[in-house]
Amino acid sequence: MSEKILLKGNELLVEAAIEAGCRFYAGYPITPQNEVPERMSWRMPQAGGVFVQAESEIAAVNMLFGASAAGARCMTSSSSPGISLKQEGISYIAAAELPCVIVNMQRGGPGLGNIRASQGDYFQAVKGGGHGDYRLIVLAPATLQELYDLTLNAFDYADFYRNPVMILGDGILGQMAEPVEAHPYRPLFKLPPKDYILDGCRGRAPRVIRTLFLHPSDSLVQHNLRLQKKYAKMQREISLYEEFETADADVIVTAYGIPGRVAKGAVKRARREGLKAGLIRPLCVWPFPVQPYQNAAKQAKAFLVVEMSHGQFIEDVKLAIECRRPVAFLGKGGGWYPSEEEILEQIRHLAGARSKGLKAQRKS
Amino acid sequence: MEFRRPKTLKNVLTHYCPGCGHGIVHRLVAEVIDELGIRERTIGTAPVGCAVLLYDYMNCDIIECAHGRPPAVATGIKRVLPDRIVFTYQGDGDLAAIGAAETIHAANRGENITVIFVNNAIYGMTGGQMAPTTLMGQWSTTTPAGRGKLGEGGPIKVCEMLSALDGPCYLERVAVSTPKDVLRAKKAIRKAFENQIAGKGFSLVEVLSMCPTDWKLSPKEAVDFVNEKMKTVFPLGVFKDR
Repeated sequence: MSEKILLKGNELLVEAAIEAGCRFYAGYPITPQNEVPERMSWRMPQAGGVFVQAESEIAAVNMLFGASAAGARCMTSSSSPGISLKQEGISYIAAAELPCVIVNMQRGGPGLGNIRASQGDYFQAVKGGGHGDYRLIVLAPATLQELYDLTLNAFDYADFYRNPVMILGDGILGQMAEPVEAHPYRPLFKLPPKDYILDGCRGRAPRVIRTLFLHPSDSLVQHNLRLQKKYAKMQREISLYEEFETADADVIVTAYGIPGRVAKGAVKRARREGLKAGLIRPLCVWPFPVQPYQNAAKQAKAFLVVEMSHGQFIEDVKLAIECRRPVAFLGKGGGWYPSEEEILEQIRHLAGARSKGLKAQRKS
Repeated sequence: MEFRRPKTLKNVLTHYCPGCGHGIVHRLVAEVIDELGIRERTIGTAPVGCAVLLYDYMNCDIIECAHGRPPAVATGIKRVLPDRIVFTYQGDGDLAAIGAAETIHAANRGENITVIFVNNAIYGMTGGQMAPTTLMGQWSTTTPAGRGKLGEGGPIKVCEMLSALDGPCYLERVAVSTPKDVLRAKKAIRKAFENQIAGKGFSLVEVLSMCPTDWKLSPKEAVDFVNEKMKTVFPLGVFKDR
């Protein structure tokens, strides 16, 4: 039986994590995600789990490294500057192939930035924010229902692939409230046994979790090849997106997260005006859902990327369609939010301008 | 009495230099784990530094951490598995420089873990750069004129510093530079593990140790350096015991 609940995104995230069996949370206060550690501080003890307010983001992510090694489902959350600090630990956790969930309720950057919502951490999330060749599964909810559902799934993806999973939200998603069907947790996969955890070597040989590979000299090469094989498997198996009115669309609008929601409204209005617009909205931005873009590129005349940053997501869109169609751009960082009107204006322009050649604001 | 290799110590050669103190400290930790019968429920954390390969030598579960982060990693493990025994084994750069925040806050929370802190006043693995515990005037590859000439400040005294906190339960500084010191060190390490078993909280044993290679001294001279120089700056003794 699912129950309908009304909470802020940050609070809902806590409930979803606990429902999914998360029993260890470590975090550090930063706006706009403070409701996460605040709610965790009383909900975790209620659920029989552990809450630690860490001395830093670095300590928090390293506590996860330990908690995950000890076998717990675990999570940390932060916002942009704090996520930068966590990158060291994320690289180690990815290298050690330990599961965990990291939530980024993005705010404006660079630097201390501001506390408005932004998507400026896209590259950091999907291209590997820390050192070395590693990948995160990066989930991108646009509604609180998706935040709830994807949070349940995030722990399964993490355990199934033994890989850190990032939930890439933003300050709007964290601060808004809307009704959500709080489904009971059901595993997405048959999960593998945790035969790697460190819980003392009673009745077995001692185990080691490490990320240093010195001998033989190609051992790190081999380790990287193993990781790459896993990442390729993720790319084959994970493709999450919403497609809306794309079948006959001339103009494909594409966005993830909150701008994806705004873009859908703009596409609906364009359709009412008789313009053949469609929407592709990834729910997972790594692995990137390449297929719907390739399909759409067969008949669409132009793409329009909307993002709350200065041209990061657009690169993956261009790669997905192998630059076969013109890609227009509408986006700004630092706390700018797109409106339906702005997107609709771009759609009109692209739909009308295509016969005369594309003259929309194109990112060079 | 028969002299045997502790079960917790693997029968392998170590990579440590002749005259290094790590081998002694490893053995003391292994003996204590054997004597307390906790090997099969112990999880060790390895640092970044000379002891990074701890898992090659210790016959128990080990996690290798990022530089300075073992107290945070140990916190995560211990909070999830409170009935297991969790120890960190850290050098001076790991514990008192890059991981100073993790050390202070794990101590302040009174985390029920055991910290073995090997202080040899130098960065060993990277080739002899200044450590937070390098003595005033001491030569290193980054204090070629001796520490203190370029605004480096003085050596950090970890036990004294942590003794100002209410969190820790036991802080003691020992050495491994004389047979008597080694026996005392073992008692301290044993107590630091016993405290954890009894649920008493954060215990740290600082061990003054030799690094002849990076001090550019013979093993004998390195022992003298600990006894004559380091013990003057870092007095041995119990700083907290409750």
